[in-house]
Amino acid sequence: GRARPSHSEPRGRDGRGGKKKEEEKGWHQLYPGHIPTSPLQKALLAAGSAVMALYDPYRHDMVAVLGETTGCLALPNLRDKMKNHPEGYHILQERPRIRLSTLDVARLQGLPDGSLGREYVRFLEDNKVSPDTRMPPKFVDDEELAYVIQRYREVHDLMHTLLGMPTNMLGEVVVKWFEAVQTGLPMCVLGAAFGPVRLSTRKLQVLATELVPWAIRSGVNASCVLNVYYEQRWEQPVESLREELGIFPPP
Amino acid sequence: RDLAAGPEMQFGFQTVTEEERREKIYQVFESVAKKYDVMNDSMTLGIHRVWKDILMHKMNPSPGTLLLDVAGGTGDIAFRFINYVSSVRERQLQRKLKHHQNLSWQEIFESYQKDKFNSLGDSQVVVCDINREMLKVGKQKAQHLGYSEGLSWVLGNAEELPFDNDKFDVYTIAFGIRNVTRIDLALQEAYRVLKPGGRFLCLEFSHVSNPLLSRLYDLYSFQVIPVLGEVIAGDWKSYQYLVESIRQFPPQEELKAMIEDAGFFKVDYENLSFGIVAIHSGFKL
Repeated sequence: GRARPSHSEPRGRDGRGGKKKEEEKGWHQLYPGHIPTSPLQKALLAAGSAVMALYDPYRHDMVAVLGETTGCLALPNLRDKMKNHPEGYHILQERPRIRLSTLDVARLQGLPDGSLGREYVRFLEDNKVSPDTRMPPKFVDDEELAYVIQRYREVHDLMHTLLGMPTNMLGEVVVKWFEAVQTGLPMCVLGAAFGPVRLSTRKLQVLATELVPWAIRSGVNASCVLNVYYEQRWEQPVESLREELGIFPPP
Repeated sequence: RDLAAGPEMQFGFQTVTEEERREKIYQVFESVAKKYDVMNDSMTLGIHRVWKDILMHKMNPSPGTLLLDVAGGTGDIAFRFINYVSSVRERQLQRKLKHHQNLSWQEIFESYQKDKFNSLGDSQVVVCDINREMLKVGKQKAQHLGYSEGLSWVLGNAEELPFDNDKFDVYTIAFGIRNVTRIDLALQEAYRVLKPGGRFLCLEFSHVSNPLLSRLYDLYSFQVIPVLGEVIAGDWKSYQYLVESIRQFPPQEELKAMIEDAGFFKVDYENLSFGIVAIHSGFKL
């Protein structure tokens, strides 16, 4: 047969292709799933994901991308808060992951009502959600910070449990307000500010008069929620954990 | 790498074996199929439609033409072909009507029932694609847009076409040859299935020679397109592959030589949009 066309060399013909791109891109992968990006790409991603998340609220992946591309100040901040706290430091060292495969759901279901484990599992069942659907980070250019944002995502359902908020639009917005105050992540701030756009006036009223002020007060008063090793506290009653953290009882 | 796995080649900027490359490309198109058209419009700001229109005008098919559109996936070329021959046919019939003294009663009767009687003038297009998902999307589109006559869909590999020799008047491959692993085989197959006198037409991304434009094009390709892929289709990697594969593909003159090597005559190319895209043409004599 004929000789194969030689494609074994990346083309340098246009000067910018080939080896240079190979060095810049694929091979600075810091963790599985990591996609290295230039500052321009991050800016475009941030803008694009913000628009798309508003346009199509079912694009949870866009919310995740927005969080990753805008978190460059908030994430190191969070990481430092964790480092300087004994429990948080512990978490950074051990890097626990909350996944259905690692949770002993049967055991948690057997715990007394009102305990964190029992209420968390009840929350998952009632709202038909699973911790496994959290997006793994792609655009965070630091492997430790990638874990921090992953932890924040996996702990989100526990936030719902602690705040007693369901996963409908209203509940999500309330949790976002709380998280915005707690983490300072721009994605939370944007979600908190723009989420209500799709709510009815009646719900907006409840939101504005009762829920948001409570969420903000709790968020400000509470210590950093990422500094809690939840996996070691399944037996602890939710109310006791709320008190310990400084979250006010839900209205 | 294991020698038994086969020779190494490029998948974008990664080095892989032939088998791996075929598999990866299959997966890329499986993944992008549903958003293929939306992404094309977004990436090219709709200009890909103009390129495809130009291809059709260059082809200038007359009614009765039998077209094979390879890697035709979502049907863009096939639908344009049908539109083109329909309108040529309509003009033919109208011209006949004007000189109605030349028409038999049968023909006058027929002309009033244009829809039922040979509105394509026996033209036919076969859309052949290796990827089931792309064909699926194409068929759905055809149904949605109302195309049925003169159109068929075949699952097949450009490197080994499921057709007899000397069958088709025209062979097209639009934005597909870049994804073929053995381009030389695809060209040989194209030659084989064309009738003598048949025409080969290839529409594909090519090389921009103007240095300033080239840099802008690179910037846009590498900075914007994967982002569009992530935002619109939730798929960065497929679009990263796309822009890399464009850089890996032979430029105009080299592709021309390859087409000549397959036996085609009067091989020529036309640059569109400063060489971002090129149409290569050749004849089987």
